[in-house]
Amino acid sequence: MAPYESDDSTTADETDDLRAGRRKAARYVVPVVVVGVAAATIGLVPAIADSGDPDLPEISAQQLIEKIAESDVQQLSGTVRISTDLGLPDLGGLESSLASGAMESGDGSSADPSAKLTELVSGTHTLRVAADGPDRQKLSLLENAAEYSLIHNGKDVWGYDSASNEVFHGTAEESAEQQKEVPATPKDLTEEALKSVDDTTSVTVDGTAQVAGRDAYRLLIKPKQSGTTVGAITVAVDAKTGMPLKFTLTPSSGGAAVVDAGFTQVSFAKPAASTFEFTPPKGAKVTEEGEVAPEEEHTHEPAKPEGEPQVIGEGWNSVAVLDTGGEGIPSGSEVGGDLGGFMDSLGDKVKGRFGEGTVFKTRLVNALITDDGKVYVGAVTKDALVKAANAG
Amino acid sequence: MSQAELTRPASVLWTFGLLRNELRTTLRRWRTLALLGVLAAVPVLVGVAVKIETGDGGSVGGGGGEGPAFISQITNNGLFLVFTALAATLPFFLPMAIGVVAGDAIAGEANAGTLRYLLVAPAGRTRLLLTKYATTMAFCLLATLVVAVSALTVGALLFPLGDLTTISGTQISFTEGLGRALLIALIVAASLTGVAALGLFVSTLTNSGIAAMATTVGLLITIQILDQIPQLDALQPYFFSHYWLSFADLMRDPIYWDDLVKNLGLQALYAGVFGSAAWARFTAKDITA
Repeated sequence: MAPYESDDSTTADETDDLRAGRRKAARYVVPVVVVGVAAATIGLVPAIADSGDPDLPEISAQQLIEKIAESDVQQLSGTVRISTDLGLPDLGGLESSLASGAMESGDGSSADPSAKLTELVSGTHTLRVAADGPDRQKLSLLENAAEYSLIHNGKDVWGYDSASNEVFHGTAEESAEQQKEVPATPKDLTEEALKSVDDTTSVTVDGTAQVAGRDAYRLLIKPKQSGTTVGAITVAVDAKTGMPLKFTLTPSSGGAAVVDAGFTQVSFAKPAASTFEFTPPKGAKVTEEGEVAPEEEHTHEPAKPEGEPQVIGEGWNSVAVLDTGGEGIPSGSEVGGDLGGFMDSLGDKVKGRFGEGTVFKTRLVNALITDDGKVYVGAVTKDALVKAANAG
Repeated sequence: MSQAELTRPASVLWTFGLLRNELRTTLRRWRTLALLGVLAAVPVLVGVAVKIETGDGGSVGGGGGEGPAFISQITNNGLFLVFTALAATLPFFLPMAIGVVAGDAIAGEANAGTLRYLLVAPAGRTRLLLTKYATTMAFCLLATLVVAVSALTVGALLFPLGDLTTISGTQISFTEGLGRALLIALIVAASLTGVAALGLFVSTLTNSGIAAMATTVGLLITIQILDQIPQLDALQPYFFSHYWLSFADLMRDPIYWDDLVKNLGLQALYAGVFGSAAWARFTAKDITA
């Protein structure tokens, strides 16, 4: 073979290789396109679903509040997502360790509603609610591969914790109070918020929104005063039934909502009767209400301060004052060592005409504990607490 | 494929022949049988352990809800052993078995020097790859069913059966419970399709079967660890193992579909991405062994 020819053929081969290489590389476009389409779907679909607030007839704030009050939804079922961010560490682990501690000493049941519903205070939870008239309600807290259900059917109240297969049984009269302790649904939260509506509050209708596929009005509740940690409360009210569907509380300091509870799915049809039927499963440990003596039940709680709390200030700036009559919280230097440093890191030292004290802060509620044992608590800023303490 | 079915029926038969051969080869391997044996042993271990611990009338885990999901209900209803066994094997044993089979699919043939003989037959690389993936998925289903059937047998032998209470507190009949158990087994098998596609892709990258298996199982462990780190919570919904345990939502009443749908969507995404990446790699690769 002549050298020139061989040269030519090499060039041709190289071109072929290059073309084949490109064709081969082009195949990798397919997985890249799949990723791209998936990313676009994940990014765009919620955006498209969100866009376009519904057109609803104008309504005044007063009319909307009346609509909520008149709302008479007897039958519903739905899923509620509730996130709470008080700026506290996640209580989940702490709760369960406290609960297991209680279990070992044998006083209490993991199916006790008051213990279980406290978990809602921090983190994000999914709840299922169902109601059929005033006598039949069900609230389920969805956990990983487990569920906690609180079922009210007639005069019976059942708590069932599927993780430990434990049952709590009470009667409606005794438990009515307990059930109301923790407001979990948007409706409960809205009723709490509307209680505080007075001349220190501005209430306006702030457009419309879509919640759980339903058209809703947005009611904006804003404190007029300064000094409170509450920035604004938004309630989405179902246009047809007047039922609050979503409740959001944002702090005045900005950032993520402190409480955000809303239906992700809701239906006003009558739930199946079997939803409210409960028979303790075979082998489940059943705790009857009242079996646990009250003294034992509350051993974990700190001693109750003597005397009723006194409320100073008005509206959003009200501060509750408790006189524990004790020594107050020992300061870090008194305790000394690592524990002392830890105590100091939890709160801020403040001074004023009232003397000295420590302010413990969350994103919503702040508390001032003075060295002479007085406790000032409110949804107000640190400065407002000090002012209240100086005045009191 | 539909056009091919109309115009070339012979080659379609040939595909099924290929699939049948593949299934037979895979299932006859000693290592496959050993994997299935290990999977079948897990429910036996769990069942016997629960039986011994509760023999004196005590309850499992001290009632605190510790241990694998549903374990506290096993003593009352043997059917729950199916759910506990699947919850116990899904995080590691099942995907590991899938990783071994998927990782071996292409790289194992290349390692043994049989890949080029498979390609001599007029099947084409794409069809061979699809057959390998189908075989792996069939193994996913088989492995899950082995765990479920073994658990049901042990559960029926050691514990009473009957109507069962869902985790929402409502009662369903035993027949409906069996139906839900079957549905759960199918969902668990479907949960493994993502890791199967990942294993197949890794398998096309190398000529060493052991390296492909080790990489797949290594990736599985890494993802499981990352899924536990709270700082990565923004990424976690995209890990293939993140929604695995959502199969338990089938035991709620009514069934809570949100996470189940997310899980299936995620598995489809992984199958799409890594399946097509495996195709891109395998059809463009120089086969030397």
